[in-house]
Amino acid sequence: MVDSRRVLVIVPAWNEEQNVAATVGEILATVDYDVVVVDDGSTDETANRAREAGAIVLDLPFNLGVGGAMRAGFVYARRHGYDVAIQVDADGQHNPADIDRVLAGLEHADISIGARFSDVGDYHVRGPRWWAMRFLSRVLSRLTGTRLTDVTSGFRAANARAINQYVHYYPAEYLGDTIDSLVAAIHAGLRVTQVPVAMRQRVHGVPSQNPVGATIYLGRSVFALGLALVRRPRVQQLERVA
Amino acid sequence: MMTLASVGLGLALIGSVLALLLRRQLREKYAVLWIVIGLAVVIVGAVPGLLVGLTDVVGVQVPSNLLFAMSIVLLLGVALHLSWELTRSEEQIRRLAEETAITRAEIEAIRARLDAGPSSGPDPSA
Repeated sequence: MVDSRRVLVIVPAWNEEQNVAATVGEILATVDYDVVVVDDGSTDETANRAREAGAIVLDLPFNLGVGGAMRAGFVYARRHGYDVAIQVDADGQHNPADIDRVLAGLEHADISIGARFSDVGDYHVRGPRWWAMRFLSRVLSRLTGTRLTDVTSGFRAANARAINQYVHYYPAEYLGDTIDSLVAAIHAGLRVTQVPVAMRQRVHGVPSQNPVGATIYLGRSVFALGLALVRRPRVQQLERVA
Repeated sequence: MMTLASVGLGLALIGSVLALLLRRQLREKYAVLWIVIGLAVVIVGAVPGLLVGLTDVVGVQVPSNLLFAMSIVLLLGVALHLSWELTRSEEQIRRLAEETAITRAEIEAIRARLDAGPSSGPDPSA
């Protein structure tokens, strides 16, 4: 291990049999951390590919969405005494070489986000999706008091405090895993920072980017953010876990 | 004739709710509401003057309109309540799914350690 902290890399994966082995292999080759793949009810060979590649696999019995997969990962991290957890997507767009950079952000914050727009790399979006991302960034930047440019990025690290918060509240709702969980964490008093990283193209499969979808995305993100902002720290009694 | 039909409907409702309760296919928290509705249907059916009187008091012109309005409000409430319960159940199911996944991973880890043989751990027989 590079330092004394125990780090867990959480890889949520849903039907990613083509990418997951390469992603896990690359992470294990780059950093000396444990990797847990949360197989989110895949119907293909994702779990087996991940196991063969050397990851611990949490096999969800059915699809819960990224939020459910990630919370399972955070619960696992807490029970096994990890100090830090970092999410890396299975599709290969997060570069394992950046993991330590994102983790470094935790030195002065509880949550560190690997952001795509911070003048590094060539990630481009336009139209409604761009407006949505800008709007979300603006509001969350004001809320945190730091400049955040890419709040929907899944490339994010959490320290023990943030893991506890996530175990307590990490919604499975659409956009809940990124926006709502972040707002709830801020309400709970956690500090957020961002680290510029470059994103890579997906190796297999295409990202969704059509105008109608993007407009719906804009609407839903405004809605999700509005709800998250109105909700105050006390969220759900039901969310308790031993 | 209408009186009889209405009372019959109410009684049939109460009867089926009780039957479901006896067979444990309906939880009490849902049953209470339906029994109250059944009783209301029986009472309104048995005493037609009641609905007419109520219509005058509230200021609605036709008794059937009052009946429809009340039914719609009631059914909206029931639907909303069910959505709420469903959301809660989904959240609980989600927790359980996460737990089973973690438990499975842990069992696999333990099994792998056992398969590796007792030589890897301290030998209790020594």
